[in-house]
Amino acid sequence: MTPVAAIMRRELRSYFVTPVAYVFLVIFLVLAGLLTFYAGDFYERGLADLQPFFVMHPWLYLILAPALSMRMWAEESKSGTLELLLTLPVTLVQAMLGKFLAAWLFLGLALALTFPIWITVNYLGDPDNGVIFAGYLGSWLMAGAFLAIGACLSTLTRSQVVAFILTSLVCVLLILVGQPQVLDFFQGTLPRKLVNGVAHLSILRHFEAIARGVLDLRDLMYFLLTILAWLTAGVLVLDLKRNR
Amino acid sequence: MIEADRLTRCYGRLIAVDALSIRAEPGQVLGLLGPNGAGKSTAMRMIAGFLAPTSGTARVCGHDVQREPLKAKRALGYLPEGAPSYGEMTVREFLTFILRVRAMPAETGFRRFDEVVTHLQLEDVLEQCIDTLSKGLRRRVGLAQAILHDPPVLMLDEPTDGLDPNQKHAVRRLIDSMARERTILISTHLLEEVHALCNRVVIIARGKLLADATPAELEARSRYHGAVSFSAPGSGVSQEMLGRLPQVAAIEVDPLDGRITVFPKAGARILEPVEDLLRQQGLEVSEIQLERGRLDEVFRQITTGEGA
Repeated sequence: MTPVAAIMRRELRSYFVTPVAYVFLVIFLVLAGLLTFYAGDFYERGLADLQPFFVMHPWLYLILAPALSMRMWAEESKSGTLELLLTLPVTLVQAMLGKFLAAWLFLGLALALTFPIWITVNYLGDPDNGVIFAGYLGSWLMAGAFLAIGACLSTLTRSQVVAFILTSLVCVLLILVGQPQVLDFFQGTLPRKLVNGVAHLSILRHFEAIARGVLDLRDLMYFLLTILAWLTAGVLVLDLKRNR
Repeated sequence: MIEADRLTRCYGRLIAVDALSIRAEPGQVLGLLGPNGAGKSTAMRMIAGFLAPTSGTARVCGHDVQREPLKAKRALGYLPEGAPSYGEMTVREFLTFILRVRAMPAETGFRRFDEVVTHLQLEDVLEQCIDTLSKGLRRRVGLAQAILHDPPVLMLDEPTDGLDPNQKHAVRRLIDSMARERTILISTHLLEEVHALCNRVVIIARGKLLADATPAELEARSRYHGAVSFSAPGSGVSQEMLGRLPQVAAIEVDPLDGRITVFPKAGARILEPVEDLLRQQGLEVSEIQLERGRLDEVFRQITTGEGA
């Protein structure tokens, strides 16, 4: 077994031996359901699709992704196991990947467990399942981006609470940055090109594009690059800490 | 083999380890001795590759820890200070995780697992969460983790810290049994450990190397080395008479139990003359002892720079 797989497996196990996994899954599923039906007007719209379900996901992840990622490195720092892990023959990249993949897979599982809503909508009407699949893919990619941000910020501190708050903050910024109100604000102060650039940073814009069923390579690249960039930053922080 | 060459580590303006050069060969148990905060753990962390040195190099089995970290780490078994481990895992899960991360082939892996578990007497707690174990057991799990891949180089940061005397004895026996072909570096602030385990000692304080010697050589530096002490209850042993012996430098009487210690002049042997004198005087001596030297005194002298 490769070190990445070994670390990923250990992380996944640690979710399930502590109540973390179950609490997370229950809250995720309950919130996903509630938000869809109450805030998303699932029935009232009278449309057989999962837009109301996916539209809530950024806000759902805003709370739940940092909750999953906050312990990733902060806890290892605090309990001293970081020294154990980093003196085993693994590279920082392998350790980071193992931890990130565990969290990402776990969130994928949580997402997969929302399948009853997919069954429901297929029972009620005749939705475009391709669009729904794209929605799930987009949602999972977005979760990956949030988790990568959390993985990076979790290296900065020994405190899980600090990691949680920092991650939520960065995530909410990435959600809000594409909103018209924010862009209007920048329009007055920044040159047009920069405003466009800022708009492209928005996680919401790319997610909504995918969730509409348009699988544009640029949107996919946006998420993959975001994940890659934050994970790399996290590895750099860990390396810096060796020299601290 | 462990080689550290002018290893230096600064935290801001504080110099935690200052140009430390040490070398440990196979078959050697090298004790890294020093007061708390002397830089022992920092030095070990650099050799283990957890901290990057500010300057200087460390090599494990010839592999530079900075340039070939994976090769160095494969050759090294390391018990960090406090024996950290994943508390929510059972002992079996934890050790299996280590086997997997070290990518050991299944067959040798399982064989080593069984050997190590038997050796460290962990059979009964294999299915227990590490969090629920006593301090001694947790330390043993940490040791198991360090020796699982049968490394040629072993580095143990305070391996017996916080253990009861029986557990200490067991851990020392274990280290002893592994010493023959391996290079072992242990850090400690316990002087008894040096006697029990090490065939060479490096003393550091404030990050600097202050002594590099065998335990016997260190003892020889003690004022007590070669001194003769005895108890002669109820008899007025004449200190004056003892003092007149040409080889004697000084005499001290313990105010509590009246034990008399006679110190020799440099290089002189005084056991026989003192015994002769006592016999001539017809004095009853309940017990007489030739002192080897006191490590604690030498340690204090070296690390604080003051005389005993």
